[in-house]
Amino acid sequence: MAARVPGGLTGELAGELADELNGGPSSEPSRGLSSEPGDRPSDRLSHRPAAAVRQLTRRFGDRTVLDRLDLEIAGGEFVALLGRSGSGKSTLLRALAGLDQEIDGSLTVAGSVAVAFQEPRLVPWKRVRANVALGLGGPDPLDRADTALAEVGLAERSGAWPLTLSGGEAQRASLARALVREPSLLLLDEPFSALDALTRITMHGLVLELWAAHRPAVLLVTHDVDEALLLADRVLVLDAGRVAHETVITTPRPRHRDHPDLIALRATLLAALGVSPEGTT
Amino acid sequence: MSVLELGTAARAQARARPHTRNRWRPGASWRRWISPLVLVVAWQVASAAGLLPARLLAAPSAIAETAVDLVRTGVLPTAVAVSLQRVLLGFAAGAIAGVGLALVAGLSRPGENAVDPIMQMLRALPFFGLIPLFILWFGIGEAPKVLLIALAVSFPLYLNTFAGIRGVDGRLAEVAKTLKLTRAQLIGHIVLPGALPQTLVGLRQSLGVAWLALIVAEQVNASAGLGYMINDAREFLRTDVIVVGLLVYSALGLLTDGIVRLLERRALSWRREFLAG
Repeated sequence: MAARVPGGLTGELAGELADELNGGPSSEPSRGLSSEPGDRPSDRLSHRPAAAVRQLTRRFGDRTVLDRLDLEIAGGEFVALLGRSGSGKSTLLRALAGLDQEIDGSLTVAGSVAVAFQEPRLVPWKRVRANVALGLGGPDPLDRADTALAEVGLAERSGAWPLTLSGGEAQRASLARALVREPSLLLLDEPFSALDALTRITMHGLVLELWAAHRPAVLLVTHDVDEALLLADRVLVLDAGRVAHETVITTPRPRHRDHPDLIALRATLLAALGVSPEGTT
Repeated sequence: MSVLELGTAARAQARARPHTRNRWRPGASWRRWISPLVLVVAWQVASAAGLLPARLLAAPSAIAETAVDLVRTGVLPTAVAVSLQRVLLGFAAGAIAGVGLALVAGLSRPGENAVDPIMQMLRALPFFGLIPLFILWFGIGEAPKVLLIALAVSFPLYLNTFAGIRGVDGRLAEVAKTLKLTRAQLIGHIVLPGALPQTLVGLRQSLGVAWLALIVAEQVNASAGLGYMINDAREFLRTDVIVVGLLVYSALGLLTDGIVRLLERRALSWRREFLAG
């Protein structure tokens, strides 16, 4: 099992948060993410998985949130993860992000991982550009940050303080911060749930554009069935810590929510989530 | 896109609001000067009418004259220089100790276990009550005065900086982890800037305490400085000199407070725009 770490700050600050979430101190990984140099897939889906999860189990006290979960995400694949609250969606994402060390089972991520959280989590005392460039290695991090911001349509706000951004702008900056790292796996933790409906539509388009341009594998955690249907190659429904349902969507993008295929799939997914389309349980 | 434009317009509106508020402020602040002026005039009249004898409290006009004299003869500048030096030395020593210890305690658990209990215990000591011990240990020269100020300054800075470090948003620490920041980068980019607002609160508190500690310290066997000037004046019932000394104390206090405000505005500009909006 997991070994305790001597108190470092990273461990501590993260640990304090982990304490709140988990009710126990955090510790070093029993097995870390094994990073391999990620060669970019040239075809649409590479055969080498961007992430492979085997028999992943996570317990909080007596409660088993992830129960011997298996999941494989192909390179460049867009996967949406649905589930009711408490189904373990966020726990799985945190494990893949390397934020949860108290996991059992094996978890392999090829290449680098980037995360965009539900709250954009920009560092308020750094201007938008510096937020995107934060921790960025290599030459000219600020120039690369500006390029990334231009790509998400936020070039003119590059010198602004994060607290002056609107919700949509902040989420764009957060996406730019994730993408500037050229991740082979992009984790999106309900990034649009706090946005208004109109901004959300714009953001869906933006995410598809960015995904088409960079081709990271994407794991989108969401509770919005329509969002999953519009964006993903494959939709997973998580229930009781396991993948309870899996649907592959082949409908070409851009998709319209009234597409007959999607209407049929929506009913299936809602049923898998234990909700009837009429909303009468 | 139109959604974003709407947002911008709303923000522009929000920003415009404080300006309209500022427009009527000068009038209001002018009115606020009336009551203090009335008080000074009443004081002057009472002194002139003999209701307020000079050995209890000198007239404002006499105080103003004395102030000019004290400056012209060089008595006041010399006294201020001596007092200022004590405060600066004491403050510097106390700030280094306070912030340094807060870093040790804030950045590691063993550091916290070693430093925090002692600081919490010492904090409960009434430090002005330490004066007799300080005199026994350090004599009656500059050392006990500077050390008293240093001690008084170190606690507000320690407590606030420590709380500031521990109050840094854990979610930002998670971001730092996903961005693969090193420990040094985490401290430099996230923890210390995050603790800065609270540290500045501590700085203002500690400067206030520094002047208080100076006044108390200078009551003890000072042979120079503002406190000496005031004590000397007491011997000769010179209430005008005493009041001048007190006014200088408060002016110096206001000055340092203003400097910190300026520092805050500079260092926390990322918050200012937000607050203004």
